[in-house]
Amino acid sequence: MANSREFYWRRLHSLLGVIPVGIFLMQHLVVNHYATRGEESFNNAAHVMEGLPFRLILEIFIIFLPLYFHAIYGVYIAFTSRNNPRQFGTFRNWMFIMQRVTGVFTLIFVTWHIWETRIAAARGADVNFGMMESILADPFMLAFYIAGVVSTTFHFANGLWSFLVTWGVTLSPSSQRISTYVTLGIFLALTTIGIRAILAFV
Amino acid sequence: MTAAETMKEQKMIRFEIYRQDDLDSTPYMEEFEIPYRANMNVISALMEIRRNPFNKKGDKTTPVAWDMGCLEEVCGACSMVINGTPRQSCTALVDQLEQPIRLEPMKTFPVVRDLQVDRSRMFDSLKKVKAWIPIDGTYDLGPGPRMPEKRRQWAYELSKCMTCGVCLEACPNVNSKSDFIGPAPLSQVRLFNAHPTGAMNKNERLQSIMGDGGIGDCGNSQNCVQACPKGIPLTTSIAALNRDTNLQMFRNFFGSDNEV
Repeated sequence: MANSREFYWRRLHSLLGVIPVGIFLMQHLVVNHYATRGEESFNNAAHVMEGLPFRLILEIFIIFLPLYFHAIYGVYIAFTSRNNPRQFGTFRNWMFIMQRVTGVFTLIFVTWHIWETRIAAARGADVNFGMMESILADPFMLAFYIAGVVSTTFHFANGLWSFLVTWGVTLSPSSQRISTYVTLGIFLALTTIGIRAILAFV
Repeated sequence: MTAAETMKEQKMIRFEIYRQDDLDSTPYMEEFEIPYRANMNVISALMEIRRNPFNKKGDKTTPVAWDMGCLEEVCGACSMVINGTPRQSCTALVDQLEQPIRLEPMKTFPVVRDLQVDRSRMFDSLKKVKAWIPIDGTYDLGPGPRMPEKRRQWAYELSKCMTCGVCLEACPNVNSKSDFIGPAPLSQVRLFNAHPTGAMNKNERLQSIMGDGGIGDCGNSQNCVQACPKGIPLTTSIAALNRDTNLQMFRNFFGSDNEV
């Protein structure tokens, strides 16, 4: 029993979801929000991010490797549960199920999003305001992006709640209740920032 | 009143019982109707079926098999799924249940027959996590350290666990696809680590839940604490053990000569 590494993989999964993936998510949504200040403002911000020194290394080690470890191990976790909302319709059990549903959906969304922007960039396309504008001109893609952002912010905020339990920060039921409200606030704030940015391209 | 009239006016209780002849046979549902008596629990109803094993259609059938022991919600043997909720059948009062009363075995465990399940995995888990205090030796060790009264009262709540299996049945992460040992044995680690003498082997118990099927498999659905018939703060136990196992992990990784 003690020979297995599963405990460490689980802890790593929990850690990477917040540091660095969660931090990157917040940074990304904040930079996107430049779009609300107009095309030029967004393009300048995107240009700064693009021009960061060691960009490829930063992308690989702060974004892609942690993100895909978290995502693929997360899919394994999601598919080893047997959801039972009919027997236990409690708030936390629904959050447990939603965490798994949004995790899988976010993986699909993020993979598509990376394909459409980063991979396209590697193949010569320009990542700028115009690119997002043309993607979001399609109403189906607009709906997909809004759903994707809500799913991602939900997964992050609710994941932050379980991060606090997993790392032994919130123990008592009352501290866990308070962190439910705090993470709900984070969900609402990040969702507002994300959706405002999307609508700025429309 | 004639006997026939008495029969007509007799209130009946309806049951839908999910039955299974042995571990590998196909489960089937059988309906029963038994005469109502005041203050019945599910067990006295099952005893009535055993006394007079006829199903609703009037066909003679085999008596329904189930487990029971203390009949006062202390032993944990009579757990089953009643109207969708895992609980003890001794404290499931017929007057408080919606009819037809649906009885199913706790499918998280291997079914022995009908409502009887084999909870051996829980007892194996208690052995794995060393849920005891080792005091045996070749000479008298004398009295151990004293336990603060406040802590004794708190630990008493954790010690109420009767290994009934309800929390495992309620947990979405305890199933055939995972080897998670479930909330009950984890909480026992916290109980024995809180004991002043038990704490002398604290690290061994923590190590035992840091492997396959250990505490890492908890997904925080918190169904266990809702389902526990004894009101044990299982999710607080798990969160506290998360803290303890993380510290143990850092000790193991960065190295420390202070094991306990």
